[in-house]
Amino acid sequence: MNEIAHEQEVVAARGVKVAFGAVRALDGADLVIRAGECVGLVGHNGAGKSTIVNVINGGLTPHEGTISYGGEVAQGITASRAHGVRCVFQELSLCPNLTVAENARVMHSDLTGTGWRKQALALVKQQLSDIFPGHTIDCESVVEDLTIAERQMVEIAISFGAVADRPRLVILDEPTSSLDAGLAGQLMAYVRRFVEAGGSVLLISHILGEILSTSNRIVVMKDGKVVADKPASQFQTRSLVEAMGSVVREQGSDRTARVRTGDAVLSKQLNPRSDSRLEAYAGEIVGLAGLGGHGQTEALLEIYLSANGNWWPTREPKMAFVAGDRGLNGTFSLWSILKNLSVSSLKALSSRSMISDGREAEVGDRWRKRIEIRTPDMDNPILSLSGGNQQKVLFARALVTTSKIVLMDDPMRGVDIGTKQEVYEILRSEASAGRTFIWYSTEMDEIRLCDRVYVFRDGAIAAELVGEEITEANVLAASFAGGVAV
Amino acid sequence: MSAVRNLGSRPWIWSFAAAAIVWVATVWFTGGSSAFGLSQATLTFAAFSIIVGVGQMFVITLGPGNIDLSVPATMTLSGTLALKVMDVQDGMILVGLLVAVLVGVAIGIGNYALIKLLRIPPIIATLSMSFIVQSFAIWTNRGLRIKPPEMLSSFATSYSFGIPNVALIALLISTVAWVLLEKSIYGRWISAIGQSSFAARMAGIPVDGTRFVTYVLCAVLAALCGYLLASFSGGAALNMGAEYLLMSIAVVVIGGTAVAGGNSNVPGIWGASLFMFLVVSMLNTYGFGAGVRLILTGLIIIAVILAAGGRKAVR
Repeated sequence: MNEIAHEQEVVAARGVKVAFGAVRALDGADLVIRAGECVGLVGHNGAGKSTIVNVINGGLTPHEGTISYGGEVAQGITASRAHGVRCVFQELSLCPNLTVAENARVMHSDLTGTGWRKQALALVKQQLSDIFPGHTIDCESVVEDLTIAERQMVEIAISFGAVADRPRLVILDEPTSSLDAGLAGQLMAYVRRFVEAGGSVLLISHILGEILSTSNRIVVMKDGKVVADKPASQFQTRSLVEAMGSVVREQGSDRTARVRTGDAVLSKQLNPRSDSRLEAYAGEIVGLAGLGGHGQTEALLEIYLSANGNWWPTREPKMAFVAGDRGLNGTFSLWSILKNLSVSSLKALSSRSMISDGREAEVGDRWRKRIEIRTPDMDNPILSLSGGNQQKVLFARALVTTSKIVLMDDPMRGVDIGTKQEVYEILRSEASAGRTFIWYSTEMDEIRLCDRVYVFRDGAIAAELVGEEITEANVLAASFAGGVAV
Repeated sequence: MSAVRNLGSRPWIWSFAAAAIVWVATVWFTGGSSAFGLSQATLTFAAFSIIVGVGQMFVITLGPGNIDLSVPATMTLSGTLALKVMDVQDGMILVGLLVAVLVGVAIGIGNYALIKLLRIPPIIATLSMSFIVQSFAIWTNRGLRIKPPEMLSSFATSYSFGIPNVALIALLISTVAWVLLEKSIYGRWISAIGQSSFAARMAGIPVDGTRFVTYVLCAVLAALCGYLLASFSGGAALNMGAEYLLMSIAVVVIGGTAVAGGNSNVPGIWGASLFMFLVVSMLNTYGFGAGVRLILTGLIIIAVILAAGGRKAVR
C-alpha cells in the first residue's frame, strides 16, 4: 500500500474476523472504502453484511484484523464518528418519543446553545428537502406519529446532515426497504450527487437494480467472506445473483390463470367515502400496491381487527397476519424461536388447553426445514436470528395456522433473494391448496406475482388490475394519477 | 449439564439463597433450638403472601402498568363477609368459601370494568375500587368481631405431617399456577401480552379476554387468602389486609418476575415470601427496635434485588 492510497482511504477493514459463539459472522473479510465512491455491498441474510457495518462504525470490536480510518488505525464508536462515519441502521434507531428535530440533536452533539431547537429544525428541513424534494413530513411532530417510510426518510436525512464537520462516509443499510419507487429514486440520485462531491457511501440493499445503477464498485459477501470485489460495470443482475450463490429463476412465467370459485371469502368496504370494495376469493393472491404509506397497512389492520375478536378465543382463527414492522407488532423478544413460531396455533397444538411439548417441537422442526430458519436450536432466543430469519419465523407463524386468509404487511423487507424465492414457492403451493393471501408489498417484483392487485392512493383503492394488466407502468400510473407525475 | 446451567440462570435462585442465609443466621443465633419452630412459623405466614403474590404475579406479567392495588380491601371484605355468612356454624364452611370466591369474582369484574370501560389506568382503577370495597367491608363489619367456625379455625392453625395446612394449600395453588403459566395456552397468552400487547393482538390472541380473566383470578386469590387469614387469626379485622399490599408486590419483584412484564416465575414467590418473613423474625430475634427493623428490612430487600438484577445485566 502506498501513501496515496492510504490518504484516499476513508475506512479500511482488513482480515476482520468476528464470531458469535459457534457462528463465524466474519471470517477474514476485507473492505476498503475510498473517498468519492459508492460501494454496493450485497449478500444473503447472514452473509455478514450487518456485522461488517458494525465493525466499521465501531460498534463491534473484531477478534482479529485491523480497522483504520483515513490510514490511521483506530477503534470504537467515538473514533469512527470523529472520522466522519455515519450509519443508517436497518432496524430504525430514532427515539420514538422525541420530535424529528430533537432526534437530530441526539445524532449531532454539536447542536448546542440556546437556539439548538431552531438550528436542528432548520438542518433537518433543509436536508429532507435536499434528498426528498416535495416531501410532506412535519419536522415538529413526534417520530411515533410518522409512518415507517417517513421515519426512514428522517433518519437518512439526519445522517447526511452536518453542523460543523461533514460526514465522509455514510453507511446505508437497506435504506429503501420501506420506501416506494419514487422516494427510492430520489435517494439514489442524492447518493450519486453526494459521491460526486467527494463523499463516500456504503450501500447495502437487496434491490439489485439500485446497487447496479448507483454504486461505482460492488462487493459481494458470502459466509463471512468477500467473494467478489469489482467495478459495478462488470456486473449484471444475473452475474451478481450468481456471485451471491443463488440461481436466478425466471419470474412470472409460471403464472397460471386461476378460476374463481364460489363467493368471495372476503369482501370489505374500506373507505366510507368510496364504494369500491376489497374482495378476495379462495386460492387467490391479492396484491395491495401503490406508494408506501397510502393506507395499505391500515387496510390490512382494519380487515384483521374487525375479523378477530378480542374477548373470546376462537377455535379456528379466520385470518393470520404477517407483520412487516417486526419490532412493533411481530416478534416477542423474550421468547425462543419456537414459541414465536407457535404462538398463533397453540389451540391445534394442545389438548384440554395444555400445550403438548412434543407436538410443538415437531411443528417447529418441520417448519425450520421447510422455510430454512438458520439456527442450530429452535429453543434459542428469537433475537439470536438475523433480521431475515426472524421474518421467516413470522411468516411460518401465519402459515402454521389453519386460517384460510393470510394478510401480509410487506413482510419481505430486508429478506435476501434466495429466501424470497423459497417463500414465493411456498406461497404458490399454499394458494393452490386454497389459501388466500392479501399481500401489501413495496416491491414491484412481488406485486407481479399476484393474481389481482389493488392500487392504493390516499387511503382508498384507486385501481384494480387483473392478470396481464399487472405491470409496473400500470401500477405507477394508478399510484400517481391526478397527483404528482413521475 | 444444561440443567445445571439453567439453574444458575434462573432468577428465583436468588430469593431462595437469601431465605436460606437468613434462616441459618437466625437459627445460629438461637443456638439451633429454634430450627423447627421457626420453619413452621415461616411456612405458615409465608403461605398467605404466596397466595396473594401468585395472583399479583399474573397481573404484573401482563406488562407495564398492570397492577392490582385492591388486594388488601378484597382480603378484608371476603374475610368479613365469609365469617358473617358462616356465623360460627361448621356446616356453613363451604358456603363461606363460595361467598369468598364470589366476592373475588365480583371485585375482579369491577376492576376490569373500570380499566376497560372508563379507560382508567389499572393503578388508579384498582385503588379506587379498593376504597369502595373497604367502605363496604366497614359497613358490613360494624365493629363486630365474628369468630370463624371451630372446624375451619382448627384446620387453618394445625399441621399435616408437620407442615402447616395453609402452606399445603399455598403449595397446591402454586402448583396449579405453575402449570397454568408454563404449560397452558393461557400462560403463553399472558406472557405474549406482557411483551407486546399489539403483537399479541396481531398474533390472534384475545387480549381483552385474557386480561379480564387475569384480573378476576388475582382478586379470587386475594379473596381466598382473606378467607384463610380470617379463619387462621380467629376473626376478620378491618386492617387485616393492610400489610399485603406491599407484600404482594414485593414478593413478586424479589422472586424474579420481570416488572416490565412478559416473564413470570412461581418458585421465586416462595423464596421471596419465606425470605420476607424470615428477615422480620431474624431482626426480632436479634432484638432490634421497630424503627431499625423497618430500615434494615428495606435495605435487605434492596440488596437482594440488586444481587438478582445485577447478574441479569452482566449476562
